[in-house]
Order: sequence, then C-alpha cells, then structure tokens
Amino acid sequence: MNSRRRQVLQGTGGMAVMGLAVAAGLFKPGSAWAQGAAWNKAAFDTRNMNDTVKALGGAGATESKDIVINSPDIAENGAVVPFTISSKLPKTQQIALLVEKNPNMLVANFSIPDGTEAGVTTRAKMGQTSNVVALVKADGKFYYTTKEVKVTLGGCGG
Amino acid sequence: MRKTWEKAARAALAAAALAATGVGAQQKSAIEEIERYRAALGDGNPAELWEARGDAIWKEKRGPKNASLEQCDLGLGPGIVRGAYTVLPKYFADTNKVEDLESRLVSCMVMLQGFTPEQAKKDPYGGPGKKVAMDALVAFVTSESRGLPMKVAGTHPKEVEAYDLGRQIFFHRGGPYDFSCATCHGVNNQRIRLQDLPNLLNPRDAKKAYTSWPAYRVSQGEVRSFQWRLLDCFRQQRFPELEFTSPASIALTMFLAKNSNGGTFDAPAIKR
Amino acid sequence: MADPMKIRAAMSGDKVEVKILMSHEMETGQRKDAKGAAIPAHFIQTVSATHNGKVVLAAEWGPAVSKNPFLSFKFTGGKPGEKVSVTWVDNKGDKRTDEATIS
Repeated sequence: MNSRRRQVLQGTGGMAVMGLAVAAGLFKPGSAWAQGAAWNKAAFDTRNMNDTVKALGGAGATESKDIVINSPDIAENGAVVPFTISSKLPKTQQIALLVEKNPNMLVANFSIPDGTEAGVTTRAKMGQTSNVVALVKADGKFYYTTKEVKVTLGGCGG
Repeated sequence: MRKTWEKAARAALAAAALAATGVGAQQKSAIEEIERYRAALGDGNPAELWEARGDAIWKEKRGPKNASLEQCDLGLGPGIVRGAYTVLPKYFADTNKVEDLESRLVSCMVMLQGFTPEQAKKDPYGGPGKKVAMDALVAFVTSESRGLPMKVAGTHPKEVEAYDLGRQIFFHRGGPYDFSCATCHGVNNQRIRLQDLPNLLNPRDAKKAYTSWPAYRVSQGEVRSFQWRLLDCFRQQRFPELEFTSPASIALTMFLAKNSNGGTFDAPAIKR
Repeated sequence: MADPMKIRAAMSGDKVEVKILMSHEMETGQRKDAKGAAIPAHFIQTVSATHNGKVVLAAEWGPAVSKNPFLSFKFTGGKPGEKVSVTWVDNKGDKRTDEATIS
C-alpha cells in the first residue's frame, strides 16, 4: 500500500515538472512529445480536469445536461468498466472519458468527424470507486458531466 | 481441529450471506446494478478473439506429422466440431478412456500431429503476455456448441464409472479447511461477497453454471477453460493442485457436465 | 505480430454500427511482475477507422483503456458491401490494420 502511494507521489512530482514545461511552452502538447503522430502525451499526464482541458487546447469547461454517461453505477470488477458516452450538443467534435481517481485522469479522447454519431462505447480500468467525467468539445468549447461509479472487489469463485 | 475449521468456515459463509442479503432495498438495487454491469459486458466479449485464434490453430499444420486438427474426432465423428462439446466428456475407443474436451484435444495432438503427451499438455493456460494454443482451441470448439442443449450420454461402463467417481470427489472433504466442493456448491442461496454460488446439486443452477464455461475473466483478461475452473476451485479449497487432464479432473467434469443435461450451452461467456 | 481484430459493421437503420475488439495487453506500466520488476507500459495510443478513405472515428488512448479493448460507434453514409478499415498503433510502434464488410 505504502509503496504504491510513494509511486503515485513520485508520479505527481514528475507530472508537475511536465506541466510546468508545457506551461512554459517548452513542449507543445501533441507535437514534440507525441510518439505517434497524434498522441497528446501532455493530456494523458494530467491529474485534474482543468489541466486536461488545457492540454486539449481549451480554457475551461461548463457543466452540461446534454452529455450522458451510460454505465452501471456499480462495477463488479474495476479492470473492465463499460461506458457509453453520448452528446446532444450541436457540433460535437470530441468526446473524452476521464476517471478522477486513476493515477492519470484521461482514459481516452475520441474525435467525432461530421457524419459520425456523437456517441462512443468503450471500457475503462478503474483503480477504485471514483467520479467519472465525460468531457465534450462542441463548436470549439468544452462541456462536461460527471457520474460516480462504485468499484467492488470480486470474491473468489465464479 | 476439524470442527473448528468447519465452524469458522460456515460462520464466514453465513456472515457473507447475511451481509449480502440483509440490507433490503439498497442491496437489491446494488444487485440490479451488478446485473446491468454483466449485461453491458455481454456485447463485445473478448473471448471472440480466442475463438478466432483457435479456429486458425485448428486448421494449421503443426507438430512432427505436420498435420492439422481438422480430422480430430471430438465425439461426433472426425472433423465434426458443431455440437461436439455438448456430448463431452465421452468414452473414446481409440484411447480406451473417458475424455473431456481438453484431454481429447491432447489425444488428437498426439495421434494426428505427432506431439508427445508432455508437449501437448505443456502449456494448458495462458497468462499475461503468454498466448497458448489450448485455451484458443477450447474457445473455438466450445463456441461451435453455443445455443445447443447439453446431452452427455454417460451410459458406457467407463462413463458410469467416471460419473460415480466425480460425485465422490464432489463430496470428498479434505485439506486444511476440511472443505468439499459441496461445502460451497451444495447449498441454496450461498454467496461470497457479491458472487452467488450456484448449488450444483440443484438442476437449475447446475445447468446455468456448466453452460457458462469457458469464460473470459475480465479480472485476468484471459479465457479460462473448465479444466482451469476446477483447478482454481481446488486451489480455493486448499487441495493439492489438480493435474491438467487428470482422471480426477475428467471424472468431476463428467459429474458436472451430465448434471447439466438439457441446459442450453451458452459459452464462451464473460465473467468478472 | 499482433492478432487480428474482430470487427463487425452492420446497418442499423440508416447508420452503420461498428463494433471492434482488439487483442492487446494494454499494460499500464504501473504493475510489477512476480520478481518485483516493473512491467513496462505497452498500450494502444491511436485508433482510426475509415470508410471510403474518409476517417469516421479517430481516438487517442491512454493505458487506462481495458485490456483487449472494445469500441463501438455509428456513422452515416455507409452501404452494405462497402468496407470499414480500422488501424491501431501502440506505444512501441506496433500496428495492425484490419477491415470488415458492412452487412
């Protein structure tokens, strides 16, 4: 338990440095650091939603009832938690899934081209019970909604 | 000593059952949510990746004889895969043994492909970063019985013998906990945390349980065969390790498979 | 080499519903093996799905996407018999492309 906590703290230190580096303009998110052409490392290193929004190029996010997180309220196993996120916001361009208490918050970010329905289904790992955030970029602005998902431990047998 | 363990174990089980059922409406909604969770996973079962890999391995020329498994007789005749899992375990004259799916696959690897039994049994279970042929073949063959009723004959003298031995093993108490299979799986409405424990002596539970293995275990990210399921039950009972495809494992499978007759096979499934 | 994906693409009203299963460890880099050594991160970073040369979904993933990932979405403009192609690239540079015919 302790060693894990230490790891997380170490991780935070590294992340803060990274965040500063990004803030200072040393690394442009999504370019120099990305291994693939379009992998936004800075965004995947963030530890709170505001930083994620910034790493994705926005200023802040507004809560919206037009975003729906469809998932069970309780997950039997945190290794696989199913989510469907859909947005009714006009001109939805991106849908991102974030888990607040994961070591790094951003799970996945989907780009929705014209002609594709503003909804995706995927599965995420959750280390523990946590708030989950669906972050949507629509018409250039960021919106979000949250939901708590409880994670139980499995028993033996099955 | 025995009595103390038994008492402790029963108290633990009773406490777990109480904790899970005694809280009324709130608990009920929790169980409904878990059902929602399980249903959501059903659409898009990663076991399909194993099925596809197993299909390819089934047709692949392998082993010293450079032959595929396509002529393997799984119980319905050489090369017939559809429905074969519903008649297993079964007595096979060519080996003069009762075989379950896994042991029959080993026999086919030996007879058709020229592997030694040791080679064929070497890697029975996959793990992180380790993909094995056996669990892919099991996923493929069992997927070809989905939707069909279980109909294990159990009439050949050797099959009757295996069934009786399996029943004895099911009730055999041993190990440091003095457990038998029946301790957890011979009573109605038993539960460990949120997991309902099927009463395998009750036909409804017996059908439901047997027809839902093999399964993709989301906690392990692997498809687990029925041999693995029994191995893990033995581990949880603190019994000596159940040897892969041993006569004891086949006998126990025979007991549980025949008790599921009439149930609709619905696997590979997906479980927590 | 990575195993093939399992891709289903089927008409659902006037839309094409795409369901994809990928074979990948999605190792987080935070776990340790039996000897206590850290298991290096190994996960899919980018996914893109195309139809008639047009991207119909693009994604960036971190290591918190579940092992053997599942992904499903819908797009308009597809017809039965046409192809949907999906490519993933992981953090080690491994990649895999598979396609399915819309039914």
